[in-house]
Amino acid sequence: MKIAIASGKGGTGKTTLSTNLAKYLSKEFEVVLTDLDVEEPNSGLFLNLDEILEEDKFKMIPKWIEDKCTLCGICQKSCNYHAVIQLGEMILVFPELCHSCYACSELCPEEALPMIKQKMGVLKQFKTDKLNFVESRLEIGQEQAVPLIKETNNFVENNFGKEVLKIYDSPPGTSCPVIEATKNADFVFLVTEPTPFGLNDLQLAVETMRELNKDFGVVVNRSDSNNKLISDYCDSQKIKIIANIPNKREIAELYSSGEEIYSKVPEFAVELKKIKSFLINELKVD
Amino acid sequence: MKEIVVISGKGGTGKTSITASLAYLGGKDLVLADCDVDAADMHLLMQPEKIKSEDFYSGLLAKIDPELCTNCGICANVCRFNAIPVINNQHIIKPLDCEGCGYCEKVCPEKAIIMEEQNVGFWQISNTRINNKLVHARLGIGAENSGKLVAKVKNEAKQLAKTDNKKYVLIDGSPGVGCSVVSSLSGANYVLLVTEPTVSGIHDLRRVYTLVKKFSIKAGCIINKYDLNYAKTQEIIDYLQEENIEHIASLPYDEIFIKAIHSGKTIVEYDKEYFYEKLKECWNRILELIEN
Repeated sequence: MKIAIASGKGGTGKTTLSTNLAKYLSKEFEVVLTDLDVEEPNSGLFLNLDEILEEDKFKMIPKWIEDKCTLCGICQKSCNYHAVIQLGEMILVFPELCHSCYACSELCPEEALPMIKQKMGVLKQFKTDKLNFVESRLEIGQEQAVPLIKETNNFVENNFGKEVLKIYDSPPGTSCPVIEATKNADFVFLVTEPTPFGLNDLQLAVETMRELNKDFGVVVNRSDSNNKLISDYCDSQKIKIIANIPNKREIAELYSSGEEIYSKVPEFAVELKKIKSFLINELKVD
Repeated sequence: MKEIVVISGKGGTGKTSITASLAYLGGKDLVLADCDVDAADMHLLMQPEKIKSEDFYSGLLAKIDPELCTNCGICANVCRFNAIPVINNQHIIKPLDCEGCGYCEKVCPEKAIIMEEQNVGFWQISNTRINNKLVHARLGIGAENSGKLVAKVKNEAKQLAKTDNKKYVLIDGSPGVGCSVVSSLSGANYVLLVTEPTVSGIHDLRRVYTLVKKFSIKAGCIINKYDLNYAKTQEIIDYLQEENIEHIASLPYDEIFIKAIHSGKTIVEYDKEYFYEKLKECWNRILELIEN
């Protein structure tokens, strides 16, 4: 079973929910939590686990071999991203624009643009008892998150069996990184907050999930007297609200120092229990 | 004309609330740009009245003509994105996986593949209720190239500032450190970092500032919710000193942020006293810093 925790808006509590839920569920299930917000991976700050693996992740980019090049111009024409440019008697490669499609490299008649590895980020794996954690962080200056998210997904697929409950902490937004992070999930929890910003961004996230044909439900964080804003919308759209995490300064304070919340705030644990019941009863996690 | 970008790395630090307040204080001296095109919220506080709107086309998507296709499979072989599966004995393009590289188009012996430009959203210029113009956008679902739409919004805002003779462009940036943030930062004169004293707030501040340094842009920082965790606030202040980032202000954790959003107002309109004075000082200080 793969569940993703996502949201349109940043800062709604995806990481709070992901880390606490993963810890809570790992008391009964074998769990792997994966942080796919590779631009700003935060889950690890809230877990205290032992690192067992670190590996560099690479993307492939072309490298110009001047001696072999006849300046025929095919490479420049073959690149839709303007990542390979012919300037006078030079071929310039812009790695941050390259999507690793291999067209320039394989269409070059002289083999003057072999693909070489470029580091795009670092993947780390951590483990304690029944809780596994995987995160990747994008190198600063690398602009594309999607290839690293793909690699991270592959790593988790290859290293954890079907019996392991997989939880994915997704990046914010509605564009390509979110699609990459949620497209393989069996179920998506959309985290929102009862404000006009929260509602607006939830609507965008809902559209995204419908576009992807995903099963999803909503978790309201910082739930307060304004909850009607979200519940009216969810009712009208027939979307299930699975949990309501209360708005408490205590939770914000515990979060600020990276502490576990559910063991100290009983109201929070109650909501995690609702999510667990939902996973067991509705999604048949066992 | 000077360009001020507000970013935070982490979402939910109060970046949009603070940017909207600065836009209110700057009033008719500035053009406002919402570059958080993935989850744009600025318009909710500005009651925008549309002046102009345009579709945004960017990036390509492959399309196979089944009449011409002989299902030779050459396209699927070269595709590095596994975007060309065979369904019912016909090669088809999976739009969400296609990256638009066009390699398939170039190798198809039947010329059965064409590349089509994608409508990935729209951008718009509006009058706001606070006497300035707002350039904002909406990215289509799952669209690529959010960086390019950000660049478009920014360039339109700059153009507008020039023709209307405005002194500043104020930009609400996007979260993260990827392509849309890079687009938000390029060409900026000043970066305002909004952070919060949490483990993740500090972590993300450090990462995003590492990116800012690559652009050599002068930066200042507002610590929001400073009273949530005094030790972490001190940690941020120490970091700012170390990096020579001006600590512009600290703001308390206050329900006013939420109340203002609910009433569709900026914080400085909602609270005419403490927050108005505090943010007015911030705005004046930022103007001093960019003029020198």
